[in-house]
Amino acid sequence: MKREYLKVSGLLALVLVLYFGLENEYLFNVFTMVGLQVLVVIGLSLLMGYAGQVSLGHAAFYGLGAYASGILSVKYGLSPLVGILLAQALTLTVAFLLGLPTLKLRGHYLALATLGLGVIAEVFFKETVGLTGGPSGLVGIPPLPWLPLSFKSYFLLVWLLVILFLLVGLHIIHSPWGRALLALHDSEVALRSLGYNIHRLKLGVFLFSASLAALAGSLYAHCVTFISPYSFTFLHSVKFVTMVVIGGIASLWGAVGGAVFLAVLPEILSRFEDYEVVIFGIILILVMIYCPEGLISGLERRLWRFAKS
Amino acid sequence: MENFLEFFFSGLVNGAIYALIALGFMIIYSATGVINFAQGEFVMLGAMFTAWLSGRGWPLPLVVGAALVGATLAGILTERLTIRPARTASPLILIIITIGVSILIKGLAMFTWGKDPLPVNPFLPSEPVHFLGATLSPQGLLVLVVSALAFLATESFFRFTLWGKAMRACAYNRFGARVLGINLSRLTCLAFGLSAALSGLAGIIISPLTFASYDMGTMLGLKGFSAAVFGGLGSATGALVGGFSLGILEALASGYISSAYKDAVAFLLLLIVLFLKPEGLFSPEKVEKL
Repeated sequence: MKREYLKVSGLLALVLVLYFGLENEYLFNVFTMVGLQVLVVIGLSLLMGYAGQVSLGHAAFYGLGAYASGILSVKYGLSPLVGILLAQALTLTVAFLLGLPTLKLRGHYLALATLGLGVIAEVFFKETVGLTGGPSGLVGIPPLPWLPLSFKSYFLLVWLLVILFLLVGLHIIHSPWGRALLALHDSEVALRSLGYNIHRLKLGVFLFSASLAALAGSLYAHCVTFISPYSFTFLHSVKFVTMVVIGGIASLWGAVGGAVFLAVLPEILSRFEDYEVVIFGIILILVMIYCPEGLISGLERRLWRFAKS
Repeated sequence: MENFLEFFFSGLVNGAIYALIALGFMIIYSATGVINFAQGEFVMLGAMFTAWLSGRGWPLPLVVGAALVGATLAGILTERLTIRPARTASPLILIIITIGVSILIKGLAMFTWGKDPLPVNPFLPSEPVHFLGATLSPQGLLVLVVSALAFLATESFFRFTLWGKAMRACAYNRFGARVLGINLSRLTCLAFGLSAALSGLAGIIISPLTFASYDMGTMLGLKGFSAAVFGGLGSATGALVGGFSLGILEALASGYISSAYKDAVAFLLLLIVLFLKPEGLFSPEKVEKL
Protein backbone atom coordinates (compact mmCIF):
# COMPACT_ATOMS: atom_id res chain seq x y z
CA MET A 1 0.00 0.00 0.00
CA LYS A 2 2.97 2.30 0.67
CA ARG A 3 4.12 1.95 -2.93
CA GLU A 4 0.60 2.74 -4.09
CA TYR A 5 0.59 5.97 -2.08
CA LEU A 6 3.90 6.88 -3.70
CA LYS A 7 2.47 6.30 -7.17
CA VAL A 8 -0.68 8.26 -6.32
CA SER A 9 1.35 11.22 -5.07
CA GLY A 10 3.37 11.04 -8.29
CA LEU A 11 0.13 11.33 -10.26
CA LEU A 12 -1.02 14.20 -8.05
CA ALA A 13 2.26 16.03 -8.65
CA LEU A 14 1.91 15.52 -12.41
CA VAL A 15 -1.64 16.91 -12.36
CA LEU A 16 -0.56 19.97 -10.36
CA VAL A 17 2.44 20.59 -12.64
CA LEU A 18 0.19 20.45 -15.69
CA TYR A 19 -2.37 22.71 -14.00
CA PHE A 20 0.11 25.43 -13.11
CA GLY A 21 2.51 24.98 -16.03
CA LEU A 22 0.24 24.61 -19.02
CA GLU A 23 -1.73 27.35 -20.78
CA ASN A 24 -3.46 25.53 -23.59
CA GLU A 25 -7.27 25.20 -23.49
CA TYR A 26 -7.24 22.55 -26.22
CA LEU A 27 -4.91 20.28 -24.27
CA PHE A 28 -6.90 20.86 -21.07
CA ASN A 29 -10.02 19.90 -22.99
CA VAL A 30 -8.40 16.65 -24.16
CA PHE A 31 -7.06 15.84 -20.69
CA THR A 32 -10.44 16.53 -19.06
CA MET A 33 -12.15 14.11 -21.44
CA VAL A 34 -9.41 11.55 -20.78
CA GLY A 35 -9.89 12.00 -17.02
CA LEU A 36 -13.64 11.41 -17.30
CA GLN A 37 -13.01 8.14 -19.10
CA VAL A 38 -10.40 7.14 -16.53
CA LEU A 39 -13.06 7.68 -13.86
CA VAL A 40 -15.42 5.24 -15.61
CA VAL A 41 -12.64 2.74 -16.17
CA ILE A 42 -11.55 2.69 -12.50
CA GLY A 43 -14.96 1.30 -11.54
CA LEU A 44 -15.14 -1.04 -14.52
CA SER A 45 -11.68 -2.39 -13.77
CA LEU A 46 -12.75 -3.30 -10.24
CA LEU A 47 -15.82 -5.01 -11.66
CA MET A 48 -13.94 -6.95 -14.34
CA GLY A 49 -10.68 -7.69 -12.60
CA TYR A 50 -11.95 -8.39 -9.10
CA ALA A 51 -15.62 -9.34 -9.33
CA GLY A 52 -14.94 -11.23 -12.58
CA GLN A 53 -17.98 -9.71 -14.29
CA VAL A 54 -18.14 -7.80 -17.57
CA SER A 55 -20.43 -4.88 -18.26
CA LEU A 56 -21.21 -4.12 -21.89
CA GLY A 57 -23.40 -1.18 -20.92
CA HIS A 58 -21.25 1.25 -19.01
CA ALA A 59 -21.83 3.92 -21.64
CA ALA A 60 -25.50 3.67 -20.63
CA PHE A 61 -24.66 4.50 -17.00
CA TYR A 62 -22.40 7.29 -18.23
CA GLY A 63 -25.27 8.53 -20.38
CA LEU A 64 -27.81 8.11 -17.59
CA GLY A 65 -25.68 10.33 -15.38
CA ALA A 66 -25.27 12.90 -18.15
CA TYR A 67 -28.92 12.98 -19.24
CA ALA A 68 -30.47 12.79 -15.76
CA SER A 69 -28.55 15.71 -14.32
CA GLY A 70 -28.69 17.57 -17.65
CA ILE A 71 -32.47 17.26 -17.97
CA LEU A 72 -33.09 18.09 -14.31
CA SER A 73 -31.09 21.29 -14.58
CA VAL A 74 -32.30 22.36 -18.05
CA LYS A 75 -36.01 21.46 -17.86
CA TYR A 76 -36.64 21.71 -14.12
CA GLY A 77 -34.16 24.40 -13.17
CA LEU A 78 -32.54 22.38 -10.40
CA SER A 79 -29.01 23.16 -9.31
CA PRO A 80 -26.45 20.91 -11.06
CA LEU A 81 -25.35 19.58 -7.68
CA VAL A 82 -28.87 18.37 -6.84
CA GLY A 83 -29.05 17.03 -10.39
CA ILE A 84 -25.88 15.01 -9.90
CA LEU A 85 -27.22 13.51 -6.66
CA LEU A 86 -30.57 12.57 -8.22
CA ALA A 87 -28.75 11.11 -11.22
CA GLN A 88 -26.79 8.96 -8.79
CA ALA A 89 -30.00 7.75 -7.15
CA LEU A 90 -31.52 6.90 -10.54
CA THR A 91 -28.44 5.07 -11.79
CA LEU A 92 -28.04 3.10 -8.59
CA THR A 93 -31.69 2.02 -8.77
CA VAL A 94 -31.33 0.85 -12.38
CA ALA A 95 -28.04 -0.94 -11.64
CA PHE A 96 -29.55 -2.59 -8.56
CA LEU A 97 -32.57 -3.88 -10.49
CA LEU A 98 -30.27 -5.20 -13.22
CA GLY A 99 -27.62 -6.69 -10.97
CA LEU A 100 -29.83 -8.30 -8.32
CA PRO A 101 -31.17 -11.15 -10.47
CA THR A 102 -28.28 -11.58 -12.94
CA LEU A 103 -25.40 -11.60 -10.47
CA LYS A 104 -27.04 -14.53 -8.71
CA LEU A 105 -26.21 -16.69 -11.72
CA ARG A 106 -22.89 -18.28 -12.48
CA GLY A 107 -21.51 -17.08 -15.83
CA HIS A 108 -21.52 -13.90 -17.83
CA TYR A 109 -25.17 -13.02 -17.50
CA LEU A 110 -24.46 -9.50 -16.30
CA ALA A 111 -22.72 -8.85 -19.63
CA LEU A 112 -25.86 -9.84 -21.52
CA ALA A 113 -28.15 -7.80 -19.28
CA THR A 114 -25.98 -4.68 -19.49
CA LEU A 115 -25.76 -5.11 -23.27
CA GLY A 116 -29.55 -5.05 -23.36
CA LEU A 117 -29.71 -2.04 -21.07
CA GLY A 118 -27.13 -0.23 -23.21
CA VAL A 119 -29.14 -0.50 -26.42
CA ILE A 120 -32.44 0.30 -24.68
CA ALA A 121 -30.88 3.43 -23.16
CA GLU A 122 -29.49 4.42 -26.55
CA VAL A 123 -32.93 4.13 -28.17
CA PHE A 124 -34.48 6.03 -25.27
CA PHE A 125 -31.95 8.90 -25.50
CA LYS A 126 -32.60 9.15 -29.23
CA GLU A 127 -36.39 8.80 -29.34
CA THR A 128 -37.76 10.55 -26.25
CA VAL A 129 -37.43 13.88 -28.03
CA GLY A 130 -39.54 15.86 -25.55
CA LEU A 131 -37.22 15.03 -22.68
CA THR A 132 -33.78 14.40 -24.16
CA GLY A 133 -33.90 16.58 -27.26
CA GLY A 134 -33.65 13.47 -29.45
CA PRO A 135 -30.93 12.98 -32.05
CA SER A 136 -30.04 16.68 -32.09
CA GLY A 137 -29.13 16.53 -28.42
CA LEU A 138 -29.76 18.47 -25.23
CA VAL A 139 -28.42 22.01 -25.29
CA GLY A 140 -27.86 24.75 -22.72
CA ILE A 141 -26.88 22.60 -19.74
CA PRO A 142 -25.70 24.97 -17.00
CA PRO A 143 -22.09 24.58 -15.82
CA LEU A 144 -21.27 23.70 -12.22
CA PRO A 145 -21.62 26.61 -9.77
CA TRP A 146 -18.56 28.13 -8.03
CA LEU A 147 -16.25 26.86 -10.74
CA PRO A 148 -14.68 29.18 -13.32
CA LEU A 149 -15.94 28.12 -16.73
CA SER A 150 -12.78 26.89 -18.40
CA PHE A 151 -11.43 23.49 -19.27
CA LYS A 152 -8.51 24.26 -16.99
CA SER A 153 -10.66 24.27 -13.86
CA TYR A 154 -12.64 21.21 -14.96
CA PHE A 155 -9.34 19.49 -15.63
CA LEU A 156 -8.32 20.01 -12.02
CA LEU A 157 -11.69 18.93 -10.62
CA VAL A 158 -11.88 15.79 -12.75
CA TRP A 159 -8.33 14.65 -12.06
CA LEU A 160 -8.64 15.31 -8.32
CA LEU A 161 -11.72 13.08 -8.40
CA VAL A 162 -9.73 10.49 -10.37
CA ILE A 163 -7.09 10.52 -7.65
CA LEU A 164 -9.72 10.31 -4.91
CA PHE A 165 -11.48 7.33 -6.47
CA LEU A 166 -8.20 5.69 -7.37
CA LEU A 167 -7.39 5.79 -3.65
CA VAL A 168 -10.83 4.40 -2.83
CA GLY A 169 -10.32 1.64 -5.39
CA LEU A 170 -6.85 0.78 -4.10
CA HIS A 171 -8.17 0.66 -0.56
CA ILE A 172 -10.93 -1.69 -1.63
CA ILE A 173 -8.40 -3.97 -3.33
CA HIS A 174 -6.16 -4.08 -0.27
CA SER A 175 -9.07 -4.51 2.15
CA PRO A 176 -10.45 -7.89 3.27
CA TRP A 177 -13.22 -7.45 0.69
CA GLY A 178 -10.69 -6.98 -2.10
CA ARG A 179 -8.82 -10.09 -1.08
CA ALA A 180 -12.11 -11.94 -0.87
CA LEU A 181 -12.93 -10.82 -4.41
CA LEU A 182 -9.53 -12.02 -5.62
CA ALA A 183 -10.14 -15.38 -3.92
CA LEU A 184 -13.37 -15.60 -5.90
CA HIS A 185 -11.29 -16.52 -8.96
CA ASP A 186 -9.65 -19.43 -7.17
CA SER A 187 -12.24 -21.07 -5.03
CA GLU A 188 -15.75 -19.93 -4.50
CA VAL A 189 -16.49 -22.74 -2.08
CA ALA A 190 -13.60 -21.79 0.17
CA LEU A 191 -14.75 -18.20 0.15
CA ARG A 192 -18.28 -19.14 1.04
CA SER A 193 -17.13 -21.37 3.86
CA LEU A 194 -15.36 -18.33 5.29
CA GLY A 195 -18.74 -16.70 5.54
CA TYR A 196 -18.61 -14.24 2.67
CA ASN A 197 -21.78 -13.45 0.80
CA ILE A 198 -20.48 -13.60 -2.80
CA HIS A 199 -23.65 -12.25 -4.35
CA ARG A 200 -23.59 -9.17 -2.15
CA LEU A 201 -19.88 -8.59 -2.83
CA LYS A 202 -20.36 -8.69 -6.58
CA LEU A 203 -23.46 -6.52 -6.41
CA GLY A 204 -21.58 -3.97 -4.31
CA VAL A 205 -18.74 -3.68 -6.83
CA PHE A 206 -21.22 -3.40 -9.70
CA LEU A 207 -23.13 -0.60 -7.94
CA PHE A 208 -19.86 1.22 -7.20
CA SER A 209 -18.77 1.03 -10.84
CA ALA A 210 -22.16 2.15 -12.14
CA SER A 211 -22.25 5.09 -9.77
CA LEU A 212 -18.74 6.16 -10.78
CA ALA A 213 -19.72 6.02 -14.46
CA ALA A 214 -22.81 8.13 -13.77
CA LEU A 215 -20.74 10.69 -11.84
CA ALA A 216 -18.35 10.98 -14.78
CA GLY A 217 -21.33 11.35 -17.11
CA SER A 218 -22.88 14.15 -15.02
CA LEU A 219 -19.55 16.00 -14.93
CA TYR A 220 -19.25 15.56 -18.71
CA ALA A 221 -22.69 17.08 -19.27
CA HIS A 222 -21.98 20.12 -17.07
CA CYS A 223 -18.52 20.56 -18.55
CA VAL A 224 -19.35 20.59 -22.28
CA THR A 225 -22.95 21.92 -21.68
CA PHE A 226 -24.25 19.91 -24.65
CA ILE A 227 -24.91 16.18 -24.94
CA SER A 228 -26.12 14.04 -27.82
CA PRO A 229 -27.10 10.36 -27.90
CA TYR A 230 -24.15 9.57 -30.15
CA SER A 231 -21.76 9.87 -27.19
CA PHE A 232 -23.38 6.97 -25.33
CA THR A 233 -23.59 4.12 -27.83
CA PHE A 234 -22.75 0.44 -27.62
CA LEU A 235 -19.40 1.26 -29.22
CA HIS A 236 -18.54 3.49 -26.27
CA SER A 237 -19.36 0.70 -23.82
CA VAL A 238 -17.07 -1.54 -25.82
CA LYS A 239 -14.38 1.10 -25.68
CA PHE A 240 -14.54 1.20 -21.87
CA VAL A 241 -14.18 -2.58 -21.69
CA THR A 242 -11.28 -2.43 -24.13
CA MET A 243 -9.53 0.17 -21.98
CA VAL A 244 -9.68 -2.18 -19.00
CA VAL A 245 -8.43 -5.16 -20.98
CA ILE A 246 -5.63 -3.27 -22.74
CA GLY A 247 -4.37 -2.14 -19.35
CA GLY A 248 -4.38 -5.65 -17.95
CA ILE A 249 -7.61 -6.86 -16.38
CA ALA A 250 -6.78 -7.11 -12.69
CA SER A 251 -4.69 -3.97 -12.47
CA LEU A 252 -6.12 -0.60 -11.53
CA TRP A 253 -3.05 1.31 -12.69
CA GLY A 254 -3.00 -0.65 -15.92
CA ALA A 255 -6.61 0.30 -16.51
CA VAL A 256 -5.75 3.97 -15.98
CA GLY A 257 -2.92 3.58 -18.50
CA GLY A 258 -5.21 1.78 -20.94
CA ALA A 259 -7.82 4.53 -20.64
CA VAL A 260 -5.26 7.25 -21.29
CA PHE A 261 -3.83 5.31 -24.24
CA LEU A 262 -7.18 4.65 -25.92
CA ALA A 263 -8.56 8.11 -25.17
CA VAL A 264 -5.51 9.88 -26.61
CA LEU A 265 -5.14 7.54 -29.59
CA PRO A 266 -8.06 8.99 -31.63
CA GLU A 267 -6.61 12.50 -31.11
CA ILE A 268 -3.35 11.30 -32.63
CA LEU A 269 -5.04 9.24 -35.32
CA SER A 270 -7.45 12.01 -36.31
CA ARG A 271 -4.93 13.29 -38.85
CA PHE A 272 -5.52 10.05 -40.77
CA GLU A 273 -9.24 10.95 -41.01
CA ASP A 274 -11.12 8.06 -42.59
CA TYR A 275 -8.34 5.59 -41.87
CA GLU A 276 -8.75 6.34 -38.14
CA VAL A 277 -11.30 3.58 -37.41
CA VAL A 278 -9.36 1.03 -39.43
CA ILE A 279 -6.11 1.74 -37.58
CA PHE A 280 -7.98 1.64 -34.25
CA GLY A 281 -9.34 -1.80 -35.12
CA ILE A 282 -5.94 -3.12 -36.15
CA ILE A 283 -4.25 -1.84 -32.98
CA LEU A 284 -6.95 -3.42 -30.85
CA ILE A 285 -6.57 -6.80 -32.58
CA LEU A 286 -2.76 -6.76 -32.43
CA VAL A 287 -2.65 -5.81 -28.75
CA MET A 288 -5.10 -8.56 -27.87
CA ILE A 289 -3.21 -11.20 -29.87
CA TYR A 290 0.29 -10.34 -28.72
CA CYS A 291 -0.24 -8.83 -25.25
CA PRO A 292 -3.42 -10.43 -23.89
CA GLU A 293 -2.27 -9.71 -20.33
CA GLY A 294 -2.32 -5.99 -21.05
CA LEU A 295 -0.19 -3.63 -23.05
CA ILE A 296 2.09 -2.51 -20.25
CA SER A 297 2.90 -5.87 -18.67
CA GLY A 298 2.99 -7.46 -22.13
CA LEU A 299 5.59 -5.00 -23.41
CA GLU A 300 7.50 -5.36 -20.16
CA ARG A 301 7.65 -9.13 -20.57
CA ARG A 302 8.73 -8.86 -24.20
CA LEU A 303 11.45 -6.33 -23.44
CA TRP A 304 12.65 -8.52 -20.60
CA ARG A 305 12.89 -11.54 -22.87
CA PHE A 306 14.65 -9.42 -25.49
CA ALA A 307 17.17 -8.12 -22.94
CA LYS A 308 17.90 -11.66 -21.77
CA SER A 309 18.56 -13.07 -25.22
CA MET B 1 -57.02 -7.92 -39.51
CA GLU B 2 -55.25 -6.96 -42.77
CA ASN B 3 -52.96 -4.79 -40.71
CA PHE B 4 -52.26 -7.65 -38.37
CA LEU B 5 -51.40 -9.95 -41.25
CA GLU B 6 -49.05 -7.41 -42.77
CA PHE B 7 -47.30 -6.78 -39.47
CA PHE B 8 -47.10 -10.50 -38.89
CA PHE B 9 -45.62 -11.11 -42.33
CA SER B 10 -43.00 -8.41 -42.01
CA GLY B 11 -42.19 -9.85 -38.59
CA LEU B 12 -41.74 -13.28 -40.13
CA VAL B 13 -39.37 -11.87 -42.77
CA ASN B 14 -37.23 -10.01 -40.23
CA GLY B 15 -37.46 -13.00 -37.91
CA ALA B 16 -36.03 -15.28 -40.60
CA ILE B 17 -33.07 -12.92 -40.93
CA TYR B 18 -32.55 -12.83 -37.14
CA ALA B 19 -32.80 -16.62 -37.05
CA LEU B 20 -30.06 -16.99 -39.66
CA ILE B 21 -27.80 -14.60 -37.74
CA ALA B 22 -28.60 -16.37 -34.45
CA LEU B 23 -27.67 -19.66 -36.11
CA GLY B 24 -24.31 -18.11 -37.02
CA PHE B 25 -23.73 -17.03 -33.41
CA MET B 26 -24.66 -20.47 -32.19
CA ILE B 27 -22.31 -22.31 -34.57
CA ILE B 28 -19.25 -20.29 -33.52
CA TYR B 29 -20.26 -20.41 -29.87
CA SER B 30 -20.61 -24.18 -29.86
CA ALA B 31 -17.31 -24.73 -31.64
CA THR B 32 -15.19 -22.26 -29.66
CA GLY B 33 -17.12 -20.85 -26.70
CA VAL B 34 -16.65 -17.40 -28.20
CA ILE B 35 -19.42 -14.90 -28.83
CA ASN B 36 -18.48 -13.41 -32.18
CA PHE B 37 -19.30 -9.72 -32.18
CA ALA B 38 -18.22 -9.44 -35.83
CA GLN B 39 -21.23 -11.55 -36.85
CA GLY B 40 -23.25 -8.54 -37.96
CA GLU B 41 -20.41 -7.40 -40.21
CA PHE B 42 -20.66 -10.63 -42.21
CA VAL B 43 -24.31 -9.77 -42.83
CA MET B 44 -23.25 -6.31 -43.96
CA LEU B 45 -20.59 -7.78 -46.27
CA GLY B 46 -23.16 -10.05 -47.92
CA ALA B 47 -25.46 -7.10 -48.54
CA MET B 48 -22.67 -4.76 -49.68
CA PHE B 49 -21.18 -7.28 -52.14
CA THR B 50 -24.67 -7.80 -53.57
CA ALA B 51 -25.27 -4.08 -53.99
CA TRP B 52 -21.84 -3.42 -55.43
CA LEU B 53 -21.72 -6.30 -57.93
CA SER B 54 -25.31 -5.94 -59.13
CA GLY B 55 -24.59 -2.22 -59.57
CA ARG B 56 -21.80 -3.19 -61.95
CA GLY B 57 -24.29 -5.17 -64.06
CA TRP B 58 -23.35 -8.73 -63.08
CA PRO B 59 -26.13 -11.31 -63.57
CA LEU B 60 -28.00 -12.22 -60.40
CA PRO B 61 -26.82 -15.82 -59.85
CA LEU B 62 -23.22 -14.71 -60.20
CA VAL B 63 -23.79 -11.81 -57.78
CA VAL B 64 -25.31 -14.08 -55.15
CA GLY B 65 -22.56 -16.66 -55.58
CA ALA B 66 -19.77 -14.10 -55.37
CA ALA B 67 -21.32 -12.36 -52.33
CA LEU B 68 -21.68 -15.69 -50.56
CA VAL B 69 -18.05 -16.59 -51.30
CA GLY B 70 -16.93 -13.12 -50.19
CA ALA B 71 -18.69 -13.35 -46.81
CA THR B 72 -17.43 -16.91 -46.25
CA LEU B 73 -13.87 -15.86 -47.04
CA ALA B 74 -14.20 -12.98 -44.59
CA GLY B 75 -15.20 -15.49 -41.91
CA ILE B 76 -12.31 -17.84 -42.68
CA LEU B 77 -9.81 -14.98 -42.78
CA THR B 78 -11.12 -13.70 -39.45
CA GLU B 79 -10.46 -17.08 -37.90
CA ARG B 80 -7.05 -17.67 -39.51
CA LEU B 81 -5.65 -14.17 -38.97
CA THR B 82 -7.06 -13.15 -35.60
CA ILE B 83 -8.59 -16.04 -33.63
CA ARG B 84 -6.02 -18.72 -34.42
CA PRO B 85 -2.94 -16.75 -33.32
CA ALA B 86 -4.66 -16.10 -29.97
CA ARG B 87 -6.31 -19.50 -29.53
CA THR B 88 -4.81 -20.08 -26.08
CA ALA B 89 -6.19 -16.82 -24.68
CA SER B 90 -9.30 -16.65 -22.50
CA PRO B 91 -12.73 -16.29 -24.15
CA LEU B 92 -12.94 -12.66 -22.99
CA ILE B 93 -9.78 -11.78 -24.97
CA LEU B 94 -11.12 -13.62 -28.01
CA ILE B 95 -14.42 -11.76 -27.73
CA ILE B 96 -12.59 -8.44 -27.65
CA ILE B 97 -10.61 -9.53 -30.72
CA THR B 98 -13.89 -10.12 -32.55
CA ILE B 99 -14.95 -6.61 -31.52
CA GLY B 100 -11.73 -5.32 -33.07
CA VAL B 101 -12.45 -7.30 -36.23
CA SER B 102 -15.93 -5.81 -36.36
CA ILE B 103 -14.55 -2.26 -36.08
CA LEU B 104 -11.96 -3.06 -38.76
CA ILE B 105 -14.40 -4.60 -41.26
CA LYS B 106 -16.86 -1.74 -40.76
CA GLY B 107 -14.10 0.82 -41.30
CA LEU B 108 -12.85 -0.90 -44.44
CA ALA B 109 -16.40 -1.12 -45.81
CA MET B 110 -16.97 2.58 -45.18
CA PHE B 111 -13.72 3.30 -46.95
CA THR B 112 -14.43 1.12 -49.97
CA TRP B 113 -18.12 1.78 -50.55
CA GLY B 114 -18.72 5.15 -48.90
CA LYS B 115 -21.20 6.23 -46.27
CA ASP B 116 -24.36 6.40 -48.41
CA PRO B 117 -26.70 3.40 -48.49
CA LEU B 118 -26.65 1.54 -51.83
CA PRO B 119 -29.96 0.42 -53.37
CA VAL B 120 -30.48 -3.17 -54.54
CA ASN B 121 -33.16 -4.23 -57.07
CA PRO B 122 -35.54 -6.98 -55.93
CA PHE B 123 -34.50 -10.43 -57.11
CA LEU B 124 -38.02 -11.28 -58.33
CA PRO B 125 -40.39 -9.15 -60.45
CA SER B 126 -41.97 -6.99 -57.79
CA GLU B 127 -45.72 -7.53 -58.15
CA PRO B 128 -47.07 -7.80 -54.64
CA VAL B 129 -49.03 -10.90 -53.75
CA HIS B 130 -52.47 -10.40 -52.19
CA PHE B 131 -53.38 -12.77 -49.45
CA LEU B 132 -56.51 -12.43 -47.27
CA GLY B 133 -56.53 -8.71 -48.04
CA ALA B 134 -52.93 -8.14 -47.00
CA THR B 135 -50.16 -7.26 -49.44
CA LEU B 136 -47.04 -9.37 -49.31
CA SER B 137 -43.88 -8.66 -51.26
CA PRO B 138 -42.35 -11.47 -53.35
CA GLN B 139 -38.90 -10.61 -51.98
CA GLY B 140 -40.24 -11.25 -48.47
CA LEU B 141 -41.55 -14.65 -49.55
CA LEU B 142 -38.16 -15.37 -51.09
CA VAL B 143 -36.47 -14.52 -47.78
CA LEU B 144 -38.70 -17.03 -46.00
CA VAL B 145 -38.09 -19.81 -48.54
CA VAL B 146 -34.32 -19.29 -48.73
CA SER B 147 -33.87 -19.18 -44.98
CA ALA B 148 -36.00 -22.29 -44.51
CA LEU B 149 -33.76 -24.11 -47.00
CA ALA B 150 -30.61 -22.79 -45.32
CA PHE B 151 -31.91 -23.93 -41.96
CA LEU B 152 -32.68 -27.41 -43.25
CA ALA B 153 -29.25 -27.65 -44.86
CA THR B 154 -27.52 -26.61 -41.63
CA GLU B 155 -29.59 -29.00 -39.54
CA SER B 156 -28.79 -31.93 -41.83
CA PHE B 157 -25.13 -30.94 -41.81
CA PHE B 158 -25.18 -31.22 -38.01
CA ARG B 159 -27.07 -34.50 -38.01
CA PHE B 160 -25.72 -36.48 -40.92
CA THR B 161 -22.14 -35.45 -41.69
CA LEU B 162 -19.01 -36.37 -39.78
CA TRP B 163 -17.87 -32.77 -39.43
CA GLY B 164 -21.30 -31.74 -38.23
CA LYS B 165 -21.27 -34.44 -35.58
CA ALA B 166 -17.75 -33.42 -34.60
CA MET B 167 -18.98 -29.89 -34.11
CA ARG B 168 -21.79 -31.07 -31.87
CA ALA B 169 -19.36 -33.17 -29.89
CA CYS B 170 -17.18 -30.11 -29.49
CA ALA B 171 -20.11 -28.13 -28.11
CA TYR B 172 -20.62 -30.75 -25.40
CA ASN B 173 -17.01 -31.13 -24.41
CA ARG B 174 -14.11 -29.51 -26.22
CA PHE B 175 -11.46 -31.47 -24.41
CA GLY B 176 -13.24 -34.76 -24.94
CA ALA B 177 -13.60 -34.03 -28.63
CA ARG B 178 -9.90 -33.40 -28.86
CA VAL B 179 -9.07 -36.64 -27.09
CA LEU B 180 -11.12 -38.45 -29.72
CA GLY B 181 -8.84 -37.02 -32.41
CA ILE B 182 -11.02 -34.25 -33.77
CA ASN B 183 -8.89 -31.59 -35.42
CA LEU B 184 -10.01 -28.53 -33.47
CA SER B 185 -8.12 -26.05 -35.64
CA ARG B 186 -9.87 -27.13 -38.82
CA LEU B 187 -13.16 -27.42 -36.98
CA THR B 188 -12.91 -23.83 -35.75
CA CYS B 189 -12.08 -22.64 -39.24
CA LEU B 190 -15.04 -24.54 -40.66
CA ALA B 191 -17.32 -23.07 -37.98
CA PHE B 192 -16.30 -19.52 -38.85
CA GLY B 193 -16.72 -20.18 -42.58
CA LEU B 194 -20.15 -21.77 -42.18
CA SER B 195 -21.34 -19.14 -39.75
CA ALA B 196 -20.16 -16.28 -41.98
CA ALA B 197 -21.81 -17.94 -45.00
CA LEU B 198 -25.17 -18.12 -43.20
CA SER B 199 -24.91 -14.49 -42.07
CA GLY B 200 -23.76 -13.42 -45.54
CA LEU B 201 -26.80 -15.18 -46.99
CA ALA B 202 -29.01 -13.24 -44.59
CA GLY B 203 -27.41 -10.02 -45.85
CA ILE B 204 -27.86 -10.98 -49.50
CA ILE B 205 -31.56 -11.75 -49.28
CA ILE B 206 -32.47 -8.81 -47.04
CA SER B 207 -30.56 -6.22 -49.10
CA PRO B 208 -33.37 -5.43 -51.60
CA LEU B 209 -35.71 -4.72 -48.66
CA THR B 210 -33.44 -2.54 -46.53
CA PHE B 211 -30.72 -1.22 -48.87
CA ALA B 212 -27.09 -1.94 -48.08
CA SER B 213 -25.02 0.37 -45.91
CA TYR B 214 -21.69 0.01 -44.13
CA ASP B 215 -23.24 0.43 -40.67
CA MET B 216 -26.20 -1.94 -41.00
CA GLY B 217 -24.32 -4.81 -39.35
CA THR B 218 -24.11 -3.64 -35.74
CA MET B 219 -27.83 -3.53 -34.97
CA LEU B 220 -28.61 -6.68 -36.98
CA GLY B 221 -25.79 -8.49 -35.21
CA LEU B 222 -26.96 -7.44 -31.74
CA LYS B 223 -30.54 -8.45 -32.51
CA GLY B 224 -29.41 -11.78 -33.91
CA PHE B 225 -27.45 -12.23 -30.70
CA SER B 226 -30.55 -11.47 -28.59
CA ALA B 227 -32.43 -14.05 -30.63
CA ALA B 228 -29.67 -16.58 -30.00
CA VAL B 229 -29.75 -15.94 -26.23
CA PHE B 230 -33.53 -16.08 -26.31
CA GLY B 231 -33.32 -19.53 -27.88
CA GLY B 232 -30.56 -20.68 -25.55
CA LEU B 233 -27.39 -20.46 -27.69
CA GLY B 234 -27.26 -24.23 -27.77
CA SER B 235 -29.50 -25.56 -30.51
CA ALA B 236 -30.51 -24.75 -34.07
CA THR B 237 -34.18 -25.02 -33.10
CA GLY B 238 -33.56 -22.47 -30.37
CA ALA B 239 -32.03 -20.05 -32.86
CA LEU B 240 -34.99 -20.51 -35.19
CA VAL B 241 -37.66 -20.02 -32.52
CA GLY B 242 -35.69 -17.14 -30.97
CA GLY B 243 -35.33 -15.37 -34.31
CA PHE B 244 -38.97 -15.70 -35.31
CA SER B 245 -40.41 -14.73 -31.92
CA LEU B 246 -38.15 -11.70 -31.85
CA GLY B 247 -39.08 -10.62 -35.38
CA ILE B 248 -42.81 -11.05 -34.84
CA LEU B 249 -42.93 -9.36 -31.43
CA GLU B 250 -40.86 -6.49 -32.78
CA ALA B 251 -43.14 -6.02 -35.79
CA LEU B 252 -46.30 -6.13 -33.66
CA ALA B 253 -44.86 -3.70 -31.13
CA SER B 254 -43.77 -1.26 -33.81
CA GLY B 255 -47.12 -1.58 -35.59
CA TYR B 256 -49.43 -1.23 -32.61
CA ILE B 257 -47.41 0.68 -30.03
CA SER B 258 -44.73 2.91 -31.52
CA SER B 259 -42.23 2.46 -34.30
CA ALA B 260 -39.75 4.84 -32.66
CA TYR B 261 -38.94 2.36 -29.91
CA LYS B 262 -38.84 -0.62 -32.29
CA ASP B 263 -35.14 -1.29 -31.73
CA ALA B 264 -35.63 -1.49 -27.96
CA VAL B 265 -38.12 -4.38 -28.13
CA ALA B 266 -35.51 -7.04 -28.88
CA PHE B 267 -33.40 -6.00 -25.92
CA LEU B 268 -36.33 -5.66 -23.55
CA LEU B 269 -37.13 -9.24 -24.46
CA LEU B 270 -33.50 -10.17 -23.79
CA LEU B 271 -33.74 -8.69 -20.29
CA ILE B 272 -37.04 -10.45 -19.56
CA VAL B 273 -35.60 -13.80 -20.64
CA LEU B 274 -32.48 -13.24 -18.53
CA PHE B 275 -34.59 -12.50 -15.47
CA LEU B 276 -37.12 -15.30 -15.88
CA LYS B 277 -35.35 -18.13 -17.69
CA PRO B 278 -31.67 -17.26 -18.06
CA GLU B 279 -30.71 -20.49 -19.80
CA GLY B 280 -32.91 -19.54 -22.75
CA LEU B 281 -36.02 -21.30 -23.93
CA PHE B 282 -34.39 -24.30 -25.58
CA SER B 283 -31.16 -25.06 -23.82
CA PRO B 284 -30.59 -28.47 -22.32
CA GLU B 285 -28.28 -27.08 -19.65
CA LYS B 286 -29.46 -25.47 -16.44
CA VAL B 287 -27.83 -22.28 -15.24
CA GLU B 288 -26.10 -22.72 -11.92
CA LYS B 289 -27.04 -20.36 -9.15
CA LEU B 290 -24.55 -19.00 -6.69
